[in-house]
Amino acid sequence: MAPEQITQVDLPDPRYEYGADDFVFVELAEAMSFTANFKAMAITQQVAKQEIDGVVENCPGNASYMLRIDPEVIHPDDLIARLKTIESEIDLEDYAWETRVIDVPVLFEDPWTHETLIEFRDRHQDPDGTDLEYSAELNGFDSVDAFLEAFVGAPHMVTMVGFVPGLPWCFQMVPRSEQLEVPKYVEPRTDTPSRAVGFGGAFSVIYPVQGAGGYQLYGRTPVEVLDVDQELPDFAESIVFPNPGDILNYRAIDRAEYDAIREDVEAGTYEYTYDRVEFSPDEFFAAPHEYNDQLVEGIQ
Amino acid sequence: MIDIHEGGISSTVQDLGRSGNYHIGMPPSGAMDPYAHSVANFLVGNDADAATIEMTYQGITATFQEDAVIAITGADMSPSLDGESIDMWKTVAVEAGDELEVSFATDGARAYLAVAGGIDVPKVMGSRSTYTLVGIGGHEGRGLEEGDQLALGAGGAGSSERDTGDPEELVGTELPAEYVPDYAEEDTVRIVLGLTDYRLTDEARETLCDAEWTVSPEADRTGYRLEGPDLEFKEREQPFGAGTNPSNVVDLGYPVGSIQVPQKPIVLMQDAVTGGGYATVGTVISVDRGLLAQRQTHKTVTFEPVDVEAAIAARTERNDRLEEIEAGLSGDR
Repeated sequence: MAPEQITQVDLPDPRYEYGADDFVFVELAEAMSFTANFKAMAITQQVAKQEIDGVVENCPGNASYMLRIDPEVIHPDDLIARLKTIESEIDLEDYAWETRVIDVPVLFEDPWTHETLIEFRDRHQDPDGTDLEYSAELNGFDSVDAFLEAFVGAPHMVTMVGFVPGLPWCFQMVPRSEQLEVPKYVEPRTDTPSRAVGFGGAFSVIYPVQGAGGYQLYGRTPVEVLDVDQELPDFAESIVFPNPGDILNYRAIDRAEYDAIREDVEAGTYEYTYDRVEFSPDEFFAAPHEYNDQLVEGIQ
Repeated sequence: MIDIHEGGISSTVQDLGRSGNYHIGMPPSGAMDPYAHSVANFLVGNDADAATIEMTYQGITATFQEDAVIAITGADMSPSLDGESIDMWKTVAVEAGDELEVSFATDGARAYLAVAGGIDVPKVMGSRSTYTLVGIGGHEGRGLEEGDQLALGAGGAGSSERDTGDPEELVGTELPAEYVPDYAEEDTVRIVLGLTDYRLTDEARETLCDAEWTVSPEADRTGYRLEGPDLEFKEREQPFGAGTNPSNVVDLGYPVGSIQVPQKPIVLMQDAVTGGGYATVGTVISVDRGLLAQRQTHKTVTFEPVDVEAAIAARTERNDRLEEIEAGLSGDR
């Protein structure tokens, strides 16, 4: 039995890179880890707090972050000097933030993503199976059910939002030894149903809109992550629901529940089930499973 | 009001774009060639950020329901007004009932139609720019089609907060030739190498900067896919979370203008995807993104590596030039 804690990773020195004249990209690590992600979040939160003149976009990433600047207001080198100061002052030990634990119902093995994954079978590593069968076998599970049990067995934290508006990249909140990992499609698909739940590398995603994609397809959620018309109550303040640091708790549902939720969404009345919590990285690292159990208690 | 009879291949309402939402996956959108867009606005007395119609490869056909003052800049699309040819880069008077026909691009890829007062569509998240992927901004969040009607900015006295006076007085103004770009000649695009270019072999980095890259048919507001030689990655054990292909990195933010290399390079443009899992190897400098946007499919480009100081200097020079143009055009009155 693996020790049930998460070991903090020693990160290399950050790499500060120019994205031409108007972007600064900072890679905190090449490999994904909660340490790298929490650091990216802590630094970008500090950048936002300091309201640095000339910073026009502030984008936390999985194990990196990126700022867009007006170089006529702040020279990238001056910004990098400030970022280095911020980096040296960040102490993840006493870092905590308020976040949301969110119930995300998912119809796994749904007919829509199934049709898509069959249509694009020639772009997949395993032309004869399904994405779930392939992922289960690759990760050493003897059945799709056992794999899905692991997939929904612990929550996933939103570690980055982007690609297209509202798409959350999520990293499962378990020790490295329990992390699932799968490759992306050999060739990206040109089509993916909206609200598809996918997995690639070590990240789960929810596709906000129909479009291209390369992640393994597992299911479809009836809930929206993007509402450009802001008709649903949870979208009153932003067209996008998930934020970095949010904790998504995937929950397997059946077709009847999927259809019922879908009706509420289409009627504009659906409201997410979520709980506001104070997230403490320290407590999470020390005993992730117990801490996760506490986190999801409020939405069960 | 402008009545659209033909929308062309891809015509959208654009201003200088929206900012502050990249972190939720929202690209800036906005004019692909901000220089041509801004000059079109200056020619009719608007601020640079007023909304214009960006036309790609083929222009619109439209009837004006009211008198207006217009200018068309960017790619040469042989525009005509009621059958009479009109000049690009020049302020033109339009009378109510006139039909504007903008044809195919002979030089460059994108033309901009500015109207005094600006195209009046509602602002979404601070901008009138169209972002078609999620259907926001511009006219109903999509490209223009037959039957669409576009309102013009109030008063017709320019959208500017400056005292621009009567745009009628600008009619006949021509942009001095020294400021008119020759898109056919602009085949060099300056880049700043970096981001995750450590993934490339030294040889591949040289290839990136030496090769002639051909603009593929997959070149649009999201990205320009380029055809050319293969670029090899350094061998490594893939880091956790990246995925197994050598081109895969742990998903990260993509700057606008960044060059990502799934296999062949893709340069991200104004409707960029904001992040993803392919190695990024450099970024087209802000000034030259507009030049690439004017490069037609099947034309070639080469990348010239420059340092960040040169990139900033080019930006400052461009901004000075636009100020000079704006001041010069105001001085004509």
